[in-house]
Amino acid sequence: MNLTLKIWRQKSANDKGQLVDYKISDVSPDMSFLEMLDVLNESLVAKDEQPVAFDHDCREGICGMCSLYINGEAHGPDRGITTCQLHMRMFKDGDTIYIEPFRAAAFPVIKDLIVDRSAFDRIQHAGGFISVNTSGNTIDANAIPINKEDADDAFAAATCIGCGACVASCKNSSAMLFVGAKVSQFALLPQGQVEATDRVLNMVKQMDEEGFGNCTNTGACEVECPKGISLENIARMNQEYLKASFKG
Amino acid sequence: MALDSKIPKGPIADKWTNYKNHIDLVNPANKRNIDVIIVGTGLAGGSAAATLAELGYNVKAFCFQDSPRRAHSIAAQGGINAAKNYQGDGDSTYRLFYDTVKGGDYRSREANVYRLAEVSANIIDQCVAQGVPFAREYGGLLDNRSFGGVLVSRTFYAAGQTGQQLLLGAYSAMNRQIGRGKIKMYNRHEMLDVVKVDGKARGIITRNLITGEIERHSAHAVVLGTGGYGNVFFLSTNAMGSNVTAAWKAHKRGAYFANPCYTQIHPTCIPVSGDHQSKLTLMSESLRNDGRIWVPKHMKDVEAIRNKTLKPKDLAEDDRDYYLERRYPAFGNLVPRDVASRAAKERCDAGFGVNATGEAVFLDFASAIQRYGKEQAHVKGLDENDAALVKSLGQEVVKNKYGNLFQMYEKIVDQDPYNTPMMIYPAVHYTMGGIWVDYNLMTTVPGLYCIGEANFSDHGANRLGASALMQGLADGYFVLPYTIGDYLSDDIRTGPISIDTKEFEEAENEVREKLNFFVTNEGKHSVDYFHKKLGKIMWNKVGMSRNVQGLTEAISEIKALREQFWKDVKVPGTNEEYNEELAKAGRVADFLELGELFAKDALDREESCGGHFREDAVELDGEQKGEAKRDDENFAYVSAWEYKGEPSDALLHKEQLEFIDIELKQRSYK
Ligand SMILES: Cc1cc2nc3c(=O)[nH]c(=O)nc-3n(C[C@H](O)[C@H](O)[C@H](O)COP(=O)(O)OP(=O)(O)OC[C@H]3O[C@@H](n4cnc5c(N)ncnc54)[C@H](O)[C@@H]3O)c2cc1C
Ligand code: SF4
Ligand code: FES
Repeated sequence: MNLTLKIWRQKSANDKGQLVDYKISDVSPDMSFLEMLDVLNESLVAKDEQPVAFDHDCREGICGMCSLYINGEAHGPDRGITTCQLHMRMFKDGDTIYIEPFRAAAFPVIKDLIVDRSAFDRIQHAGGFISVNTSGNTIDANAIPINKEDADDAFAAATCIGCGACVASCKNSSAMLFVGAKVSQFALLPQGQVEATDRVLNMVKQMDEEGFGNCTNTGACEVECPKGISLENIARMNQEYLKASFKG
Repeated sequence: MALDSKIPKGPIADKWTNYKNHIDLVNPANKRNIDVIIVGTGLAGGSAAATLAELGYNVKAFCFQDSPRRAHSIAAQGGINAAKNYQGDGDSTYRLFYDTVKGGDYRSREANVYRLAEVSANIIDQCVAQGVPFAREYGGLLDNRSFGGVLVSRTFYAAGQTGQQLLLGAYSAMNRQIGRGKIKMYNRHEMLDVVKVDGKARGIITRNLITGEIERHSAHAVVLGTGGYGNVFFLSTNAMGSNVTAAWKAHKRGAYFANPCYTQIHPTCIPVSGDHQSKLTLMSESLRNDGRIWVPKHMKDVEAIRNKTLKPKDLAEDDRDYYLERRYPAFGNLVPRDVASRAAKERCDAGFGVNATGEAVFLDFASAIQRYGKEQAHVKGLDENDAALVKSLGQEVVKNKYGNLFQMYEKIVDQDPYNTPMMIYPAVHYTMGGIWVDYNLMTTVPGLYCIGEANFSDHGANRLGASALMQGLADGYFVLPYTIGDYLSDDIRTGPISIDTKEFEEAENEVREKLNFFVTNEGKHSVDYFHKKLGKIMWNKVGMSRNVQGLTEAISEIKALREQFWKDVKVPGTNEEYNEELAKAGRVADFLELGELFAKDALDREESCGGHFREDAVELDGEQKGEAKRDDENFAYVSAWEYKGEPSDALLHKEQLEFIDIELKQRSYK
């Protein structure tokens, strides 16, 4: 198929940036979206032009490195997947595709489609851990049985890949789904109880400092989340926060 | 220099304990004066960084992604082994040790593997304490699954995302130390050289991938946990950025490179679909717990399936060839990876491949869905003869176990694996070879350590499933923290290492020169053009099946390609900006050298062992006819190559392997 691409080009953080048109032909429906961009870049290099910069690494939906806002949706039109898992069979001949970076005040653009998501790391530094030494002298792994349902829910929350699509899809640029997922993972496990109070308070404080917006329950994040992280995690975090605020 | 593996004396079961009892320690106050650089934040580097920081060292950690959490360990699917014997099925440290040495086709070092098995149980305790949500049974205890090449169930898992969960555990331990200021994290930094001062590794040169800035970083010791080099084949299951650069630069600075030809070609990956393909996707080995592998028995059915007049699920049982179950009745679908891959290639070479390119076999879940469905119906007191019900119950169970893998498959192939068998084919997946290290995980450069997939140590010529995660975490959490302390105890009075020395300056200048060359060279072809060509040579001539002629050709073709690369490569843009083409150019330059050494190593090893299959070394008759033929008399050694300029000049050193606790035997899975 033949497509028109409107791609956000921005030289650096300080540059203004704009959408630039590209034509691309002979796109196979079996290609992944990023492979389509590879082909475009190959042709730009051949013409001595600058290839489009975008983040990617595993290309199988797990590292969380890829991003892209495609036709107004984080990770594009398909559901439950990342951009690197999106395939061209979702588009048809003659389509125009808008490709932009994830936009949020807390995610400044670095170049073209690449943004800086280090705010997520800093939230994790503030409390995304259990303070246990890695010496190996802990108790036996089976010493504390954990109800399968809780373990499964903790796992589901822990499958967040830190991609930032939730922030990009939210009109307030809120990071509640991301933070809620981490807080929930630990809140559901006995190992996480000891530091529960400090964890939620510190993580939320850091989240606010990073300039993420408030949650107004629009639910857009859940819709676009490639890993199906559920809004229940936000509710659970709110409970944890309330509990902690009374204690703290 | 003679190779000294520094294996401690004494009975194998006591070596590690005795060793730990007699090493020099660094007291906590002195640790504060010692800096350690860790390149890589995967399971190996991440766990090492967290542990060393917690012990009190000042750690600087580096990765090329935008966060340590994105290291390629995140993609590991199936599970992690540990000799916990929770299932009471006869597992033990010895059995894990034995399985791993046998699985590695008797080409690994006994003492290292024993230690790995010994610390394996601790890993699980540690991870659970960190909040890693492993899969559990209804009683609340940890669940296990089986992996290839073993007869017990010792693999711990978190659905198809075990690597993700373990890495997030290590990442959280790192975060705690970053928050305390004990780890300084450098994201989006690529290491481009090791700096040696007075013969010891004392630092690295990096490039900031955002700004292009070249930086000097010093430390008392340098640790590489930079992963495997499977991308020398261009197409592999590795992430796009996985590279050999860090390891190769270390090699050029004096670290011997061991067994480069030992590569794992994983049997169950999604087949190549076209020229646009940028990477291949693994379908975890755990699927072989429940999936059965087959091709049609008759050519007419193969053709009918290819031209879509016959649906695979409609082919009668009797007309299917479950070739693994037929050839290897004892292990069936759970033979080790090298064996399963060769068997798939054998069937496809004989013309039985089931897709348009003739390079695919089926992995079928229909009988598992039936079996689970009946079981569930029975448990729930429902009608076991209601086919539709049984199927939906069975699908639910399969979804719980492998849901994310099935979804990945569906998105790529556009077929529903719950209703039609998956199509799979072998692909490059893991590299057992790597930087040579002694028992202490130190390379031949003093003060330079190598851990995880980047070293060569534990998997011999073939890695068993679920043991790379085990090795990465064992190295980082439990082994390196001891062994590096012994070395650093000599450095308590050294004081900070200056970066204003001629050694740092020289290394930095070399790095700059190379980058400058790339951005000013007026070439014709992109970096990928060369990388794809290299990949083709590697796959066709140094891939699953190797012979003297092919290897000899590969060596000269790679050399010629390398020369062309240095004349004709084209890199747009400048160094002083984000420039992915420039980063790729440096990586491919190193792959073009490694590739040749890889082929040279394969040529030298005139035997078949593990992932290295030589067509001139097969069993000619008897029960094992056609199987790989090892030659213990002449090749029971580790090949450790010393850099001497061109790859063709590399000098071979041999570490003779001794088997004291395990008898050298033919590896049979029949
Ligand atoms: C798809 C897939 C599935 C797998 N499934 C399993 C499984 O189920 N069980 C199992 O045991 N094993 C599995 N493996 C193997 C296992 O995941 C890897 O061998 C292991 O995770 C490697 O860990 P590592 O820490 O050595 O390296 P990696 O996790 O690859 O980390 C490398 C690190 O080094 C950094 N780095 C590399 N080069 C540079 C440089 N030049 N400068 C700066 N930083 C650099 C990277 O940024 C990264 O942080 C799987 C592998 C793949 C590809
Ligand atoms: S919650 Fe979902 S969308 Fe947000 S970072 Fe995690 S995986 Fe991405
Ligand atoms: S590139 Fe890793 S999730 Fe898309």
